[in-house]
Amino acid sequence: MTPKDHETLPGKAGRAPSAIDPAERYIDEAAYDPAAEADTGGARPDLDMPTGKLIRRRFLKHKLAVISAVFLAFLYLCVPFVEVIAPYGANTRDAQHLYAPPQPVHLWHEDEFIGPFVYPTTPQPDLEMFRWDYIEDRSNPQPLRFFCSGEEYEFWGLFPADFHLVCAPEGGTLFLLGADRLGRDVFSRLVYGARLSLTVGLIGIIISLTIGMTLGGMAGYFGGIVDSTVQRMIEVIRSLPELPIWLALSAAVPATWSPVAVFVMISVILGLLDWPGLARAVRSKLLSLREEDFVRAAELIGAKPSRVIRKHLLPNFMSHIVVSASLSIPAMILGETALSFLGLGLRPPATSWGVMLNEAQNLTVVEFYPWVASAMVPVMLVVLAFNFLGDGLRDAMDPYS
Amino acid sequence: MIRYLARRFVTMLVTLVIVSALVFWIINLPPGDYLSNQIAELRAQGEAASIEKAEFLRTQYSLDQPLWKQYLIWLGALPGPDGYNGLLQGDFGWSFEFDQPVSDVLGDALWLTCIVNFSALLFIYIVSLPLGAIAAVKAGSWLDYFIAIIGYIGLATPNFLLALILLYYGQLYLGLPVGGLMDPVYEGEPLSWAKVGSVLSHLLIPTIVIGTAGTAAMIRRLRANLLDELGKPYVVTAKAKGLSSTKRVVKYPLRAALNPFVADIGNLLPSLVSGSVLVSVVLSLPTLGPALLTALQTQDQYLAGFILLFVSALTLVGMLVSDILLAILDPRIRFGGRGR
Repeated sequence: MTPKDHETLPGKAGRAPSAIDPAERYIDEAAYDPAAEADTGGARPDLDMPTGKLIRRRFLKHKLAVISAVFLAFLYLCVPFVEVIAPYGANTRDAQHLYAPPQPVHLWHEDEFIGPFVYPTTPQPDLEMFRWDYIEDRSNPQPLRFFCSGEEYEFWGLFPADFHLVCAPEGGTLFLLGADRLGRDVFSRLVYGARLSLTVGLIGIIISLTIGMTLGGMAGYFGGIVDSTVQRMIEVIRSLPELPIWLALSAAVPATWSPVAVFVMISVILGLLDWPGLARAVRSKLLSLREEDFVRAAELIGAKPSRVIRKHLLPNFMSHIVVSASLSIPAMILGETALSFLGLGLRPPATSWGVMLNEAQNLTVVEFYPWVASAMVPVMLVVLAFNFLGDGLRDAMDPYS
Repeated sequence: MIRYLARRFVTMLVTLVIVSALVFWIINLPPGDYLSNQIAELRAQGEAASIEKAEFLRTQYSLDQPLWKQYLIWLGALPGPDGYNGLLQGDFGWSFEFDQPVSDVLGDALWLTCIVNFSALLFIYIVSLPLGAIAAVKAGSWLDYFIAIIGYIGLATPNFLLALILLYYGQLYLGLPVGGLMDPVYEGEPLSWAKVGSVLSHLLIPTIVIGTAGTAAMIRRLRANLLDELGKPYVVTAKAKGLSSTKRVVKYPLRAALNPFVADIGNLLPSLVSGSVLVSVVLSLPTLGPALLTALQTQDQYLAGFILLFVSALTLVGMLVSDILLAILDPRIRFGGRGR
């Protein structure tokens, strides 16, 4: 509505009663208030607030992105506490329950409510198929224990503890998602695997951001020979097929290294090939920003290039960086999964989703023990969530469109 | 046009040389090499004759030289112990693991890799062109959302898992063949229609699996491009003048939206080739993927190096082709090239 409409409407309302208005126009019955008019003037009140607030509002409108953000935040909050969440250790074996199927959690036993419990299972050899069948003992409900002390672990490698959110019943087992080839609890391994699989992307993206922003920033700011050198580097790296190079690089990681060192190295490798896209975006944005007056002003005051880039230019395309980071992380998570799947990434005893999928490589597993491959569900969910989040952020970061 | 092509070709060659140096450096990152490992092993067993052969191979392939010299000899720019024989002369080196020249070890795998990747590329275009166009024209409808969901699932599923699952269900319900690139019956047989049919039926799953991730990205890109184009005044004019709805979309806006779509091969190809390596390992296709994996694990450096270089070259050539296509499609690029 333009101010002019506001001025004419109240006048009309005063002349004719609204009910029998011949033109059937909408007429505002409220009294004319010039004060409210003066406030907005010709401005857009819906855009007249700090950019941060606008971005937040726009982002919250993107339902899928918000759900994804909450989901991811929840997962990353769980990462430091995996020992508490998982009922078993990542490499605890139960030789009596190889390839045990998932035990569903029940609430009612023979129409009687007794809270969450599981039925114990006993293995029975199936000599025809050469596999174990598990017989459920329906007469013997075993209630789960909550906030209990179970298997011992070193919390953050600092102090011993044995507190768990949920434990197996006394003398029983709790395989929420079944057990694998060695009788390890798949659910616990999923939880432990999340720690490595989720952080691999974070470390990778930090490396990629550092390289990409430094090189892209230098190329865009200095131009000339620096620019063309960086451009050539970008072209070369971009034309490399990622996975084969990842494979070759991770094959170079010595087999004698500790799991932690291998993990860090793999993250570095994942980050090393990811930066060109980012560097390109930073460079082109810098090229246009460099001509702005505020940059000239900062330079004339005597600011050093590093300060101009950091203080005056970077904040201007922070949004860009956040978006491309949130879209790169899933690629790295998938990369780790693929590398570990092929046996060249993380190696047991380290547990990641890729390492778990490595064991689901054959058709026997797909046919008889599909729960061993359940790591694919979190992989897909996390990748999807990051994609939705990235899309939502991209839309939200430009609130004036 | 010719000048543009020539410049583009020279850039590609320069990139290829840099890539070759990079590849050579990467495969030599692990400490030691295949032969010195073997010599150490043989020495422990005390086999004099084999040690001699290994030592001979070591000097023959100049593994005793400094790295930069090794690289130039491998490339064929410096004379090796027997004069020039490197990549430039068409000698791909020796596979220590298989004790055969690299060209013999790989053989058909080179062609099969090209075929698999090409058919995946074709699949991507055939699927994503109509789907992307429909999604744009019917933007906001259930069909649009349905296509978007398919795209997202394709994006999020790890390739190798999809391969495994499709392999299982394809075999179970459709009787599709498992693994390999043709029926073992046809192996080494002369080319016939039955053999071609066998290869095609074996190609089906790999093509779909390798293609899915790329398809998702392409659908999204085409949809965005076409949506931009459809909002322009000339489309409204066409509608006002009574052009049929198919013509109104296909004739002008689609053509304009295709440019970035074609240009995207450059982004698509590296990931496509990467994906094919992984999927080949799972599906045991006799392409370069499984060979690369074993070569890397055994430090068979010339084999690994050549495969990496070939795969990179494949990507570069693909990018060149996409640039040429783009120049044909988009006069601005053609004439811009001439103007400079």
